[in-house]
Amino acid sequence: MPDAAPPSPVRLLPLGDAALTVEFGSAIADPIHARVLGFAGALPALAERHPGIVEWVPTFRSVTIHFDPDRVDAAQLEADLLALAREGHEASASGTTWTLPVCFDADCAPDLADVAAASGLTREAVIELLCATEFKVYMLGFLPGFPYMGGLPAPLEMPRLATPRLKVPAGSVAIAGRMAAVYPWDSPGGWRLVGRTATRLFDPENPDRPALLAAGDRVRWQAVGRDAVAC
Amino acid sequence: MNCSKHPTTLHLESPGLGVSIQDRGRVGHRSIGVPVSGALDPRFLAAANALAGNPPDAAGLEVLLAGPLLRATGGPVRVALAGEMDARHIDAAGERRPVAAWSTVTLQPGERLQVGSPRGVGYLAVAGGILTPPQLGSRATYARAGLGLLPAALPCAAFAGDAPEWTAPAPLLHPDGPIRVIAGPQIDHFDADVQARFSADTFTVTPERDRMGLRLAGPQLQHNALGADIVSDGVTPGTIQVPADGRAIVLLADCQTVGGYPKLAAVIRADLPRLAHLQTGDGLRFRFVDAAEAAAARAEAARRLTEWIAALRPRGTAGTDSAALLAANLAGAAIRGDEDDIEPQAFTASPTP
Repeated sequence: MPDAAPPSPVRLLPLGDAALTVEFGSAIADPIHARVLGFAGALPALAERHPGIVEWVPTFRSVTIHFDPDRVDAAQLEADLLALAREGHEASASGTTWTLPVCFDADCAPDLADVAAASGLTREAVIELLCATEFKVYMLGFLPGFPYMGGLPAPLEMPRLATPRLKVPAGSVAIAGRMAAVYPWDSPGGWRLVGRTATRLFDPENPDRPALLAAGDRVRWQAVGRDAVAC
Repeated sequence: MNCSKHPTTLHLESPGLGVSIQDRGRVGHRSIGVPVSGALDPRFLAAANALAGNPPDAAGLEVLLAGPLLRATGGPVRVALAGEMDARHIDAAGERRPVAAWSTVTLQPGERLQVGSPRGVGYLAVAGGILTPPQLGSRATYARAGLGLLPAALPCAAFAGDAPEWTAPAPLLHPDGPIRVIAGPQIDHFDADVQARFSADTFTVTPERDRMGLRLAGPQLQHNALGADIVSDGVTPGTIQVPADGRAIVLLADCQTVGGYPKLAAVIRADLPRLAHLQTGDGLRFRFVDAAEAAAARAEAARRLTEWIAALRPRGTAGTDSAALLAANLAGAAIRGDEDDIEPQAFTASPTP
């Protein structure tokens, strides 16, 4: 995962006959993601002119627009999307900054010892490094409310487990590559588990904000005792 | 479920296998990682709903493997079957009568219905709809996040009156021929000879299939120097992605919202429902089409459904009774024509985090 990438031309890529992906680049990089956030921020105005647009999904490097093909003028939609993309809107990750309580006790963090060994740091130093880092939410995916967060310090970079766990407990704080995440649900998973939070990341009964985190938010960890997370 | 609030219910005395509640899906939440879900075959759901006198995307039961055993309580319940799936009506005395596919049957309180096993996917609609509480705008089951879970008793509307049962003179048919696809966002990860093989060779459906997607056996779809890993971006039901092993995966209704494998192609919306009926070992082929052909296919599918609905009739009558159709609200469902409104979705496109 490079930290920077040269600016690339915008590409408009059909995804079947009911979706289009506007691609700003092929890498995980802040300049590309800034264009994704800027474009997504300008989409509501465009969507008012194209009521057949159903929803859109910002990712690390692109925005996929889902639409009802029988209710849009596809040629006009493509032209308008490309024109908007070329306006070059950029937005920094200026969302909410969250501090989530995390228990780093061994049974909440089964892979912390391996991460420490691989990085050459003590367990306490790994926790300190994790808690000193501000992570950026690039996108949500994989599961409802699952945040893909960038910013993991280089010494903690490790590949995913060769054999994924069949059940990762909900609330697990996990790392892989240069990313961090929290599993909102019990799920199979191959990321390395370094802590656990009791903060609920997804609540379907909260229709205004079912997912706690949003693309562009920032997240910090605060080490707490196991009593605080009931892990 | 609170039975005092919903005195009329369908109890699931046996839940069957691969049974879920589905409607048009949980549209509008993909940006926070929520799959759309919804019926694998929206046209068959619309057909069941038409028989039951419902709007096309009212919530019904989707049956993938084995149908449930249902018992009506509190009031009469009319249900309608769509798909190659029949049933047995068991009255209070235990007398069994066959219920043909593509028709309705009304259960009096205490009566039961043993729904059979569909070829492909089958739907059971309830007149008045299934009235489980919607979550995030949909009643669709998405078990991985505990959304729309199938309860032991389905609240539903009591069926008033003694209107005749309805039936269709013929099954609703999907088009045959190759599955039509549009070239995908990462088609450039595959050289021309691999693309040609993709649209010329026959694939086979493997047992690895569920509501998230189906894995195909067949020609090895080797990636070129651009490789098999991409930074995850958006996917939708119908997306055909190819992981490093070169075996194609077609994403279906419960697929994830983003995926990290190159997307060679995507199935057009008109042909998406056909994927739901493929059985292990079935062969299938793909054909590349453009947007104009995809639009013509959607129009053709809508026309077929409208005509099929217009031909429905009360059991025991020969022709179409348009007054009865209107009374049963079928014509209204037919001319709405929004059965294709179901947003296709997104599956485990990316490596499991």
